[in-house]
Amino acid sequence: MAENIKRKKRISSDQWVALAFLAPSILLIAVFVYGFIGWTGYVSFSNWNTLTPDFSFAGLSNYLYLFSDFRFQADLRNTLFFTLFFIGAVIILGLGIAILIEKNLKGESLFRNIFLFPMALSFVVTGVVWQWLLNPSTGFNHFLKWFGIQPLWYTDTNILAGFQWGAIEFGVPVAIIAVVIAAVWQMTGFSLAMYLAGLRGIPDELREAARVDGASERQVYRKVVIPMMMPITVSVVIIMAHISLKIFDLVYAMTGSGANFVTDVPGVYMFETTFRGNYYAQGAAIAIIMLLLVAIFIVPYLWYNRKGDN
Amino acid sequence: MRKFFGFIVMLIFVLAMVACGADDSDEEQFDGNDSGEETDDSQETEEAAAEGGEGGDLEIFSWWTGAGEEDGLNALIELFEEQHPDIAVENAAVAGGAGTNAKAVLATRMQGNDPPSTFQVHAGEELNQSWVAADKMEPLNDFYEEEELMDKFPEELIDMVSQDGDIYSVPVNIHRGNVIFYNMSVFEENGLEPPTTFDEFLDVAEKLDEAGVTPLALGDKEAWTATQIFENVLLGSLGPEDYQALWNGDISFDDERVVEAAETFKQMLGYVNEDHASRNWQDSAQLVSEGEAAMINMGDWAKGYFSNDLDMEVNEDFGYFAFPETTDEFMVISDTFGLPSGVENEEEVKEFLSVLGSVEGQDTFNPLKGSIPARVDADESKYDEYGVDTIEDFREATLAPSLAHGSAASEGYLTKANQAVNIFVTQGDVERLLESLETAMAEE
Repeated sequence: MAENIKRKKRISSDQWVALAFLAPSILLIAVFVYGFIGWTGYVSFSNWNTLTPDFSFAGLSNYLYLFSDFRFQADLRNTLFFTLFFIGAVIILGLGIAILIEKNLKGESLFRNIFLFPMALSFVVTGVVWQWLLNPSTGFNHFLKWFGIQPLWYTDTNILAGFQWGAIEFGVPVAIIAVVIAAVWQMTGFSLAMYLAGLRGIPDELREAARVDGASERQVYRKVVIPMMMPITVSVVIIMAHISLKIFDLVYAMTGSGANFVTDVPGVYMFETTFRGNYYAQGAAIAIIMLLLVAIFIVPYLWYNRKGDN
Repeated sequence: MRKFFGFIVMLIFVLAMVACGADDSDEEQFDGNDSGEETDDSQETEEAAAEGGEGGDLEIFSWWTGAGEEDGLNALIELFEEQHPDIAVENAAVAGGAGTNAKAVLATRMQGNDPPSTFQVHAGEELNQSWVAADKMEPLNDFYEEEELMDKFPEELIDMVSQDGDIYSVPVNIHRGNVIFYNMSVFEENGLEPPTTFDEFLDVAEKLDEAGVTPLALGDKEAWTATQIFENVLLGSLGPEDYQALWNGDISFDDERVVEAAETFKQMLGYVNEDHASRNWQDSAQLVSEGEAAMINMGDWAKGYFSNDLDMEVNEDFGYFAFPETTDEFMVISDTFGLPSGVENEEEVKEFLSVLGSVEGQDTFNPLKGSIPARVDADESKYDEYGVDTIEDFREATLAPSLAHGSAASEGYLTKANQAVNIFVTQGDVERLLESLETAMAEE
């Protein structure tokens, strides 16, 4: 009994030390992250839509305005397709290249570095470079004209498979594909590195066992290796989703809002409406919606991880 | 217990990661104060400014960081320091985003009751509906009396910097927005004359189109360039008085002349370069200099771009004419400086405004900036051919405030108008454009 109490005390003093070390960062995060999230939420329910602060309660009016707004509806559509294409391409390319690199052990570090290098750049640089590469009158189109095709890239205003939905035409905006290409170019290296690490983690015995059981090389990958990559795929999806849902700098530097808002995203809208139009409450509402969108991905992940802990 | 604790820590970590974002420039969505990519610069400027402010320095806030404009500002500061060696001046210019970054920093400082000594603001609603309405500016009527400025600026211009009989700022320069610059050799080859009416314009455009030249260069990556064309069409179609009445809400957007203007605007958009959405105004001006396009509607800061950056001679390589049907009007864009409420060194600010408003000050600044003086009695000999021509027009023409540059309506309305125009450029739906503009006007 006495021993028990002693042990309990020791654990709690450990915790005190841990708390003491964590306290400064917890405090700073509490104020500068959660405090300001709370503040942003508060502003989003106010009438502060001019330079003069006005904190009178506006109910949901800022949110209702946004959901009826052409530009915001277009933003949600663009974000949806950007996220789908971006994550899909990053996973397929990342895993595919990782498998190819892993098979050819000699060049591994060279290839890994080549593919990782774009990650060293900021999205702004990527945006500026790809703005010229995918510009319909400079860049790739000089080569493509030999093949007789002249895609309009990010200036294309067509919506594929479009139908009228709310204020907008819902469908796949062709222009967003140009932005996806730039983002994939930059982020594939990241998922590649993660998948490479994951492939390293699979014991050779497992593959050997599969081979002994008569599995072809293809089957080894399809039935053994790739299923074991599942946890990594989950991590890649989470990380890429939180990048793509909040994307701002790439779009801002590369295309801007685009004609008819075909490449606009909530981050750009929030920046312009807040700092150009002085619609602070509307900008705050956009920020809160973006936070909720990211939370849709993050919260189940945390839940899943917590279960794993237990 | 331990696991729960660990979970909490991890939750905080992950949410912090989410909130702060993977990239710095995402931060502004949560703290609402930063100005985007220029964060570091602007903060440095702010800090420097705050330090300087305590020492009683004169802090001049602007977004003049481009080639000619920065030279102009520095020359002006030099002139001021010569006359007032005892006053330390600090140039607190914030770069980027055609003034957007500067305006975001300014808004933060004004709301935090830490105004710069004086700051750049466009005459018109950008001044009146923002800072004057928020009660952040001091009236300058006495200053105008003392300096005998009342008859040195056109009355219409003084009206634009006044609210309810009080004057709030001193204009330093004038740019004209209703100008079309054109490639002279392209016009010559096709035997064309500058058009003066909409019909003539469309006629010229059709001929150029047939000859395989893009008639009108447009770079609407930022929507204001298209808004600028629309406001000029509106001015031509309504005339200066009713144009003003439209922005005051006295004329409805259902007015048939407004509908007609939107139709004309739509026809003009039929003659622009296909890749307009990928260009900014400089990129589209290059089309004109290369002869791929014939004309461009741009404020006359484009003259500096043509002659300095693209090495073209005025009236040899490129010419200019007033936007069709607005020959007798002057779409005015004027930078002004005022006196914010609550600055400690009010007298010193007034000394600066006095230099800024003087003939000498304006003739020092404007030739370098490539604009013309706001004063009507400035020395014409200091300006180039284009400048002299424009000074004359400025004296005789009727002034009209520009929407695209924040003079005709508030920044909020302008943001919404730009959005409506952006949609219109692609969709060409006249009804929808006018409805959006009307709805936004009703919300003001």
